[in-house]
Formats: sequence, C-alpha cells, structure tokens
Amino acid sequence: MPDAPSEALVRARSLTKRFDAFTAVDAVDFEVHPAEAFGFLGPNGAGKTSTMRMIACSSPVTEGQLSVIGMDPRTQAREIKARLGVVPQADNLDQELTVRENLEMYARYFDIPRHVARARADELLEFVQLAERANDQVQPLSGGMKRRLTIARALINEPELIILDEPTTGLDPQARHLLWERLYQLKRRGATLIITTHYMDEAEQLCDRLVVMDKARIVAEGSPRQLIDEYSTREVLELRLPDDARSGLDGQLDGLADRVEHLPDRLLLYTDDGERALDEIHRRQIAVESALVRRSSLEDVFLRLTGRSLVE
Amino acid sequence: MTAGADPIFAPATRVFWRNWLVYRRIWYRSLFFGFLQPFLFLTAMGLGIGSLIGRNTQAFGAGVTFTDFLGPGLMAAMAMQTATFESTYPIMNKIQWGRNYEAMLSTPLATRNIVAGELGWIGFRLLAVGAIFLTVLTIFGITRTPWALLALPVVVVTGLGFSSNLMAFTTTQQTDIGFSWIFRFVINPLFLFSGTFFPLSQLPGPLQAVAWATPLFHAAELTRGLVLGRLDLATAPFHVAYLLAFLAIGIWLADRGLARRMVA
Repeated sequence: MPDAPSEALVRARSLTKRFDAFTAVDAVDFEVHPAEAFGFLGPNGAGKTSTMRMIACSSPVTEGQLSVIGMDPRTQAREIKARLGVVPQADNLDQELTVRENLEMYARYFDIPRHVARARADELLEFVQLAERANDQVQPLSGGMKRRLTIARALINEPELIILDEPTTGLDPQARHLLWERLYQLKRRGATLIITTHYMDEAEQLCDRLVVMDKARIVAEGSPRQLIDEYSTREVLELRLPDDARSGLDGQLDGLADRVEHLPDRLLLYTDDGERALDEIHRRQIAVESALVRRSSLEDVFLRLTGRSLVE
Repeated sequence: MTAGADPIFAPATRVFWRNWLVYRRIWYRSLFFGFLQPFLFLTAMGLGIGSLIGRNTQAFGAGVTFTDFLGPGLMAAMAMQTATFESTYPIMNKIQWGRNYEAMLSTPLATRNIVAGELGWIGFRLLAVGAIFLTVLTIFGITRTPWALLALPVVVVTGLGFSSNLMAFTTTQQTDIGFSWIFRFVINPLFLFSGTFFPLSQLPGPLQAVAWATPLFHAAELTRGLVLGRLDLATAPFHVAYLLAFLAIGIWLADRGLARRMVA
C-alpha cells in the first residue's frame, strides 16, 4: 500500500555516500511514510548510520536525491533539523548539566521560549519516567536512564520525524524492554520513527516496515512478516551435532528441509514443520547433541539474503 | 551554499548561554584564582626579583621599575594562557569525548554558530580575567592612567586570536597528545621570549626578529603602553593590525576546521 510519492516524509533515490574511495551507501532507494516505524536492519558497517546521518543533515549527500519532510538537506539543513528529533548511537548528553537543564538547554537551541521549554521538560520527564531525577547530574544515571533522557531530549521540539540510531545497543534486557515500551507509546501517538538496529527482535518489535542493508546496499524491503514469508520458511529446526558427526553427514539430511544452513556451531533446517523434520532425524538415527524447533525470524531472512549471520 | 543566509549570532548566543549555565556554578572559584595568580606573580617576581635588579632599570624606560614593566606584560601573557586552556581540552571534549557538538548539530545550530558562540564565551572570560588583572595592577600602583582601560580590548583580541587559532588546531586532533606539544614548544617559549619579562633589546639580533614576528610581543607592547601611559603612537597601529589579522586568520581556520571535523 505505497502512498503517493508526495506524501513520503523521507524519499531517497540512488542515494550514495562515499568517503574518498570507500562507498558507505551505494545508490539506495527508499521511502518513509508518515506515522510509520521504518527500520534499517543490517550488521555493523552495512551503511545504516551513514544513511541516517544524511537524513539528519549531519553528513552531506555525495550523489543521488534525498528529500526530508519535503526539503533538500543540501540547502535547507537548518529548517529540516528544526523539525527532526535525533537519538544518536553514543550518548551525547551534556555531562555538566542536570537532567532538567539538559532538556531546557536543548530547547533553547531550537529557539523554544523558556516557559514552553519548562512545561515540555516536565511532561517529557514524566513520559520517560525520570521526573524524580530532574535535578540530578547526568553522570550517575544508568545506561537505560541516559538513553531515555536522550529520547526525551529528541522530543523537546515536537519533531515530525524521530531518528533513532541503535536505540538499545548496550542496554540490559530490562532497560531494553522499558525503552521499547516507550517507543511503542510514541508510535501509538502517531509519531514517525526511523530506527537502525542490528537486533532482529528489535526490528520485529518496533518496525512496521524495514529494509535489510548489507555492504552499502538494500537487499530486501517489506514488513517483518512479509520478509519472513518471502525469504524463509515458517519454522526452523536448529541442530547441534557432536563434532565427529558433522563431517560424515553427507546426504543424510536430504529431503528433510527446503534449505539447510551450515553455521560454525549448528545446522539450521528450514521447513514448514520442524517437529516432523526432527522426528525424521531420530528415525534416521542421526546423532544429535541438542535440537530446537522455533519460528523463523528476521535473523533467518538476513542469513538467507547475505549468507552471514547478523550478530557475530 | 546558503550558509550566508543562515543567522550566525542569534543561535550563537545559545552556545554562550550553555557555557554560562555550567560556569555559574564555579564562577567564584575562577574569580579567586583570577586574583591569586597576578598577585603571586607580581609579589614573587616584582618585589623579589625586582629588588635584585635594584636601580639597574634603564632598559625598561625612564621611571619604569621592573614591576611596572612586568605587570602589563604578564597581563598580555595571561590572555594567551587563558585562551590556550579554554580552546584545547574543553573544545576537544565537546568534539570527541563528550560529543556536545554532535548534539548541538542535531538542532538548527550549525558549526559556524558554535565557533561564534565559543569565541564569544572565551571573549567574555578574557574580559573578566583582564578586568581582575587590571584591578590587581592598580592595587600594586602600576596603572598610571585611565587609558589603561583600553588594555582590556587588547587582552580580548589577543586572547581570541590565540583561541581561534588553537581551536582550529584542536579540530584537527584525534587525541590530546598534540596539546602538550603546543604548550611546550609554542606557548611556553612565547611566554618567556615575547617581551613579558625583559625588553627584546636584551636579546641577540636574530632572536629579536623572531620575537617581533610573534603575536604576544605586539600584545605586550600595547598593554604596557596603555597601562603605563607611554604608548608609542607610531608603532601602535601596526601592533593592532597584527593582532586583528591574527584573529581574522584564526576565525577563518576555526570555522573551516570545525565544519570539516563535524560534517563529513
């Protein structure tokens, strides 16, 4: 259900970023529509951050076209940035200011009047559950709190588009879930999000639509469900075999699955019915150390598309 | 390029204000040290060394004691040192360690606003420490005329000249290793050989020529002339022109340097 091109909030055509001889982003096309959560999924170095930096007007476009909120980053960076919220990969909160001062000072960079800034800071601290820490220094906050504060800061100008670069990298599982929950709330309020991540679970949780990037290019595009349906089977049987059994496996797995991936530590058998495949393994008396049947994920999509796993 | 159409100074005041927010928690500390440093220097060197020099002061000029000679020179050197400190580690922190500039550049601010705001802030700091220094000079009885107040703009322009050029240097550095190199081989020699402690005429000819080419010498000549009320009006415009050119080059380099560093 692609919208008319004029409605896209971000539109890239043959978008390219080169650093001297190195091509970080190689002629990619994509569109982000209002009120959707759009993801860039890919391993480190795939070109996700370079693409985001171009959208955020902090890195000049080398070639191709890019329009952000209907404007050209080459000539209207200031106007575009006024309407974006950016959550960077590495925390860049002001360590010398308090939690509240971080928000109010940032609001001043956007030329937001003081009394408005104060009211919004109150509201946002409530939203990211940091109201009790308002007058504390930033330094002693936990990683999850700092990231939540960074998100609150990115919302201070009521942005039309929020860009999150690896929002949960480095956080513990509890902090990640709390963050996802907040981002989900934002989504429900109709915010447009662009998220880069190398976590497939994050992409599946948050993204309505995503592109898979690998080696500076987009290799697939769709909703998480569509991508899984298109590039993987319904289920996956994961097998760990004893070391000596792997070499003498020739032909023994034939007919068990649509496709078999040989990873260094395990085998992945792609099939619509994992249990049946496992029964057949037992029937053929193949020595198995452990076996697990699970649903396909974006990780499998990525493996299929690139021949490599996402998180090494 | 539309950079020319974008506002420079209004957004820059936000950068200035951010520094003030941080500084207002520690201003009394810097006020204290601002007094302490000239006080210690003038007491130890002026009274201590000055008494050894005794009456052998003809090189300083008629009616000028060693302390008189030293005080205004130190004032110029203080501008250089304040600027040096403010434009190295704190700027590096905002570029690299604390990534403050990255955060600022995600807002409508541009690198040019940051350069303007930081220089405005450092200019304000220079004015403050300059005023303290002048007060101490007056307490020591070194100040001879109200024209001494004109030494304050000299301090600001001199300091900003060093500040902008060092800021440009900082934008090219990946670590702080280069800073100690700068302190040892640029700032300290300038401090010692730019006519702060003794007149250049005491140096061998070639070294005099070198000292003439350095910015601190011109600043020291101006502050000394203004504080002691014996400004040489024939050479003063040249000193002023030199310092303004030093500042203009620094601003140009810092603006270019920060844009190259931050927007890639």
